[in-house]
Order: sequence, then structure tokens, then C-alpha cells
Amino acid sequence: MCLGIPGQIVAITDAARQMAMADVSGVRREVSLAPVADRPLDALVGKWVLIHVGFAMAVIDAQEAADTLEALRGLGEAQETLDAMAEGAKALEEQ
Amino acid sequence: MRYVEEFRDPKAAKALLSAIARVADAIGATREKPVHIMEVCGGHTHAIFRYGLDKLVHEGIEFIHGPGCPVCVLPMSRVDDCVTIAEREGVIFTTFGDAMRVPGTRKSLLQAKADGADIRMVYSPLDALELARRNPEREVVFFGLGFETTTPSTALSIQQAAREGLTNFSVFCNHITVPEPIKTLLDDPHMVLDGFVGPGHVSMVIGVHAYDFIARDYGKPIVVAGFEPIDLLQSVLMVLEQIRDGRAEVENQYARVVPEHGNPVSLAAIADVYERRPRFAWRGLGEIDASGLRIRDTYLAFDAEEKFGIGYAASPDDEPEGCACSSVMTGRIKPTACPQFGRGCKPETPLGALMVSSEGACAAYWTYGGARALPRVNPEVAAQ
Ligand code: SF4
Repeated sequence: MCLGIPGQIVAITDAARQMAMADVSGVRREVSLAPVADRPLDALVGKWVLIHVGFAMAVIDAQEAADTLEALRGLGEAQETLDAMAEGAKALEEQ
Repeated sequence: MRYVEEFRDPKAAKALLSAIARVADAIGATREKPVHIMEVCGGHTHAIFRYGLDKLVHEGIEFIHGPGCPVCVLPMSRVDDCVTIAEREGVIFTTFGDAMRVPGTRKSLLQAKADGADIRMVYSPLDALELARRNPEREVVFFGLGFETTTPSTALSIQQAAREGLTNFSVFCNHITVPEPIKTLLDDPHMVLDGFVGPGHVSMVIGVHAYDFIARDYGKPIVVAGFEPIDLLQSVLMVLEQIRDGRAEVENQYARVVPEHGNPVSLAAIADVYERRPRFAWRGLGEIDASGLRIRDTYLAFDAEEKFGIGYAASPDDEPEGCACSSVMTGRIKPTACPQFGRGCKPETPLGALMVSSEGACAAYWTYGGARALPRVNPEVAAQ
């Protein structure tokens, strides 16, 4: 939860709430762009961001994204984050 | 023991290791009289063990593992408060998975869930918000936990809930800050610290000037670092060079991600939603002035402490029997010196919080040192 994970913004899903769909290691997850919304949201589509618990905290370049992902995989933290995302999706469905 | 060949750039790693050795020799660092460098962030602790950096660097460098794992410093009494809230009728209690196994004095959240409380692991406070929207008849509480990396996310979620007029969403706020415990450690006369490797992702939010006091008031170097082994080695080298040159500065090794002044949107949200508590309890460290955040009166409707009548009370240092967490936390002893290490206390059955998270020093020792890390003779256990 303390380390961010890189993801690529694929589409704006709700401009009013500054929400977008991100691709995180092949997993789709809706994230908030609020912390990086100092520019038009559309300009963020295709960009890599560092995502912390569902919030894009920094725009990074593709190389930095690849290197960070490798470091997180090495630590097992990438899988931990993807598992947490799956848990989050499951939590919404429980009755 | 890991090998440099495993690194993404072994050549660069080898060059850094030799440079570190040269500077360490130049300043006279030896195994008997080592330079003590604290890595503040639990993510760095994990990386140091995973890559065996503590063994690869010159023997005159000793890493002291800092308090930067929020799960590890959470007081048991706050876990008890979580359980109390979660067991209330009609509540859906949401939390990061990391907090599930932290022992409370009565039980952990995992045990409370097994006992029937509706506790759900979420990835983000956004999931908790969505649960509140979908379940208007239930009270959805989010367990706000973590340093400045997660603080903006709960602040922005509370602002969003306010905009939407949600009345069934609240946050049990346990957010804590990085600079204050560093100050406490520096004020501790028993603590020997020569320099710091500063947290990367926390600094992305708060910027580098939050650490100015370390250089200015305490004359110690601090280098904000990334998470790759190369980043860490380079940062250690930068700390050593400062020591060699008699400098004490805040340097930013991770400038490709960490802006000097942090993230303005996040800082504004934190300032809008939170204020500092006069003091807050840290497991193993006691109460630290101005180190915890609470929700401002403007957002009182979203404060679970208010909603459920739970106040903040200093908890006595209630550690489990025979646990040496506070000594490990303050760098006085290594995890292996704890009589419970690997015996009563293992990652699957943690006794102390340092064994719960992969970022805790004890869990890191166990995972990467395992049983080999156990001292052969442990007088306290042998005596039982
Ligand atoms: S081994 Fe367990 S009980 Fe001992 S200091 Fe570490 S976490 Fe605490």
C-alpha cells in the first residue's frame, strides 16, 4: 500500500469526477486523476502514471514505468497490488 | 545471499559498490565502528533485504531500519477501535489488506471477520466510496492508514463524498507523518545515526524540503531515494560523500519522480481535510508530538471517531509478552535478538506488528534470512 505502481491511462471514464481507466500490468482499474489534473484530462490518455491506492500521483515516462514495474515485481509488490485490486473489485460485489 | 548479476544493471551496481567501499574506507568506517544509515521507508527495508544490499555493501556500513511501515507502528488499541467499529450493527468496515492481520489486544480484523463482522479488504478508499453509494442503508467506514503516500487519497475521497452529499461514508483516521518520528529518533540520546536514506514515494507528495530540519538542525545528510537496488546504492554513496566532505544537505536521488515541492493537489487536499493531532501514539516509539492527523471540523460528518464516539486516548505500551518490537523499532537490537523471532513469532502467526507486513524489519529478516537468521543459542528460550 505504500509503494505506487505504474499504469497507463487508456480512457477518461468520468470527466466531472476526474476518473479514468488505467491498464496496470494488463489489469483494468478505474483510478482518480485528481492529483495530476493540472492539465487537460484528455492530455493524460496514453500517459504512464504512478498509482497509489487508486490515485494517479505522478506522470512518469515509459522507461521509468518499466523500470519501476521490474523493481516492484522483484519485491513481489506488483503481485500484491494486483491481488489487492482484485480484492477491491470483489468487495463491491459481496452482499 | 544475492548476487549483483541479478540486478538490472550489474555493471553499474559493481561500480557503485566499489565507490561506496572507497569512500567508506576514506572516512574510516569499519565493522567495529560502522557508519549508521537509516532507511526510513519500509519499502526500502524490503528492497535492502530482497537484494541483500546489507551484505553486498562495505562492511563498515550498517543499515538501521526506520519506522516507515504504517502497519508496524499502529498501536494495538487502535486495532481494538477498528474491531469495535466493525462489530457495530449495519457497518461495512473497509481496510487495506495489510492491516487485516495486525494483532489487537482482543483480536485482529481477520479474526473479527471470521467472527461475523462485515469487514472487506479494498484496494482504494474509492472502493469504500463506491460501497457507500451502492449500500445507502449501511454505514461504510474506511480505515485511513498510512503515511503521506495514502493520506491524499483519503482526503480526496472525503472531499468527493462531501460533494456528492454522501451521509453513510466515514473515515477512521490513523494517518501519520514521516518527518516527526525522525525528529524523535534524532532527539534520542541513545540513537546513533550518521545519515538517512529518505522515502521516495512519500517525498513525491511532500517534496524534499520537509527534511530540511535534518540537515539544518541536526547536521545529518539525507538523500531521497528510489526503489531499485541501483537507486539505493547510489543514495548510500551520496550520503557517504556528504559525510566525507563534512556536508549535511537534503539531496534528491529520485528527482525523476520526486518534485522539489511535492504534489500541490495532494498537499492542498491534505491541508483542507486534516489537521494535526497534538500527539499520536506509535507502537514501539510512544507518543510523538504532531505526528498524527485528524479530520477537521468542516468534515466532521465524515469522521468515524465522531460518528461512533471513539476518541483518541494514549495507549500504554501494550506489547505482547516477550516481544521486543520497541527495541527493534528504535534500532537497539536486530530482529534475530528477539526471543520470539521465528519461534512464537512468524509471518503466518505474527506476535508483533513488525512481522506482519513485508515492509516490517522482522518479516524481512525472516523472509530473506529465514531460519538461518536464528541465533544458534538463545538463552531466554533455552531457559524456558
Ligand atoms: S520477532 Fe515478533 S515479537 Fe520479536 S520484535 Fe519482531 S515482531 Fe516483535
